[in-house]
Amino acid sequence: MEWILALAIGVLAGSGVWLLLRPRTFQFIMGLVLMAYAVNLFIFAMGRLRLDAPPVIDPEWADPALYADPLPQALVLTAIVIGFATTALFLVVLLASRGMSHTDHVDGEEHQP
Amino acid sequence: MNPWFDNLPALPVLLPLLTAALMLLTRDNQRPVRVMLGAVSLGLQVLVALALIRATQGIGRPAWPDGVGVYLLGNWPAPFGIVLVADRLSALMLGLSAVLGTCAWVYATARWDRAGRHFHPLFLLQMMGLNGAFLAGDLFNLFVFFEILLTASYGLMLHGSGKQRVGAALHYIAVNLIASFLLLIAIALIYGLTGTLNLADLAVQVQQLNQADRQLFDSAAAILGVAFLIKAAAWPLNFWLPNAYAEACAPVAALFAIMTKVGIYALLRIGSLLLPADAPAAFGGAWMFPAGIATLIFGTLGMLASSQARRIAAYAVITSSGTLFAALGMPGATLTGPALYYLLSSVLGLGALFLLLELTERSQSFGADMLAITQEAFETDESDDTSLSEQVVGVPFPAAMAFLGLSFFACALIVVGLPPLSGFVAKFSLLSAALRTAEYGAPDFNVWLLVAVMLASGMASLLAFVRSGIRLFWIPEDLRVPALRLNEAMPILVLMLAAIALTLRAGSVLDYLEDTAWYLNEPIRYTHAVLDTGLKNSKPTRLPSADGTTGLP
Repeated sequence: MEWILALAIGVLAGSGVWLLLRPRTFQFIMGLVLMAYAVNLFIFAMGRLRLDAPPVIDPEWADPALYADPLPQALVLTAIVIGFATTALFLVVLLASRGMSHTDHVDGEEHQP
Repeated sequence: MNPWFDNLPALPVLLPLLTAALMLLTRDNQRPVRVMLGAVSLGLQVLVALALIRATQGIGRPAWPDGVGVYLLGNWPAPFGIVLVADRLSALMLGLSAVLGTCAWVYATARWDRAGRHFHPLFLLQMMGLNGAFLAGDLFNLFVFFEILLTASYGLMLHGSGKQRVGAALHYIAVNLIASFLLLIAIALIYGLTGTLNLADLAVQVQQLNQADRQLFDSAAAILGVAFLIKAAAWPLNFWLPNAYAEACAPVAALFAIMTKVGIYALLRIGSLLLPADAPAAFGGAWMFPAGIATLIFGTLGMLASSQARRIAAYAVITSSGTLFAALGMPGATLTGPALYYLLSSVLGLGALFLLLELTERSQSFGADMLAITQEAFETDESDDTSLSEQVVGVPFPAAMAFLGLSFFACALIVVGLPPLSGFVAKFSLLSAALRTAEYGAPDFNVWLLVAVMLASGMASLLAFVRSGIRLFWIPEDLRVPALRLNEAMPILVLMLAAIALTLRAGSVLDYLEDTAWYLNEPIRYTHAVLDTGLKNSKPTRLPSADGTTGLP
């Protein structure tokens, strides 16, 4: 299971970075979304992968080492919300820029080779 | 116990948040209500910051051991719950941001707050983010407050709209979003390795990592460092800055003068806590010094190359960051005190400069900038009417222009670092401290490189300012005297007076900052203060007393 998750994060991050380096704003925002997925999965993975294990336990009667770490789930939830909000905000700026400069190039103007 | 004093460290976050929320309840045509709320909130923030500065010195009501105030949110014990920590460095930065924020806000009430909707709530949320970032006691809340201040800054950056501004904001937002991802990756890695996000606990846990984990931790810390270096505008991660700062409207640009310093604050704070664990490079280690020198050179060249006064000011922000990196990258804590003094003085000077330049630009006729450049390029000055000088002699010089000219002069002195204002004290103490580190075994080459680059950069900035001063105040033939309003002139005057006060009280201010540096150099006080509160209660009245009864009647 580890290598599937690692591959998924790697593919998402790789394609995300490639899209981030493209000159079109739409490609950029797609790259941003893919990067956000990669980062969120990464945070999730940092709590170690563990199937069918309850997250919150009482150390009095159970060994915490046997259970999943609940904190990354809380972190990833916050990160998802923040990432979603900033992406939505960026989308608005993107549309404003598109409307004002009549091009979807990130520099607001076409570069002729 | 007075609840106001107990909750003092939480107030800088709560005040702007509540005010912004209240403002959203008012209608757009109720601007006076919003202005009233903003004035009260910012005034209170200045008072709270002053109280915190006094409290961390051990003067005043809350008696904090070692001058570190720890506030447990929801009263959860320290490494598990969220903590806000106010120590000397935080209190200092809170005071600076409150003063700068108030001045920029007062300036904005003159006209800029009407250029778009929701200026006031956004401004206060930005203040909340700034204050929160200075107080956050754990990494994830540092990230959250960074996001709050950045999201508010995106809104403020776009305030006033326009094609140029939206284009600059697009780049600014894109770069900062990517920086946030880096921050998240680093935080996740650090949590995965140490199992804690609390900064004080982290400082303890790092020392117990085994060799393999330690290497991974160092790379996580390096990613964290890169994220902060992007925010703090270190070369080569700062190409977003000049456009964004030059295009933002004046009060926003003035507030942004402290934004790069948040990155430097984070580097300084985490660097200080990782010090006993032998901090990895980006936090005050071997790489920070060359990065600082490169940033300093880049900023200086940018200042020389710019023709627009606002771009010169934007590059001056980079120069100031570069100076701080280079100074903090020197070994030991000798330079930290003077570097903090430089930070105070340059933020005040740059904030005033951004406000001032917008006022000055109003006096220019349209296209005066372009005209000056073409005149310089083609040397058409000789063809000017020679009788002009006779006409100009004897024309009364309007008071508004005199005020602007003098303030520009003062700002330039502060930013460049010439006597008699605070910029000189800052640079002089930096240089003398740098020479002192040579005695403690810092590499001679580094010391002399720092001295040479700082002096050369000062000289070049002086050239840039003189050139733009001539262009702004002497060349224009048809100066339209701007109508100065009181609430536009006052903020500049207050910032200048703050810089003058900083100069006059340089001795006691430097003492306070040396103390701050000394505290930063001994992070054990910070870690103890935070972790010792673990099972104690921040509000003693509600603690069960020793015999098991609750303290309540």
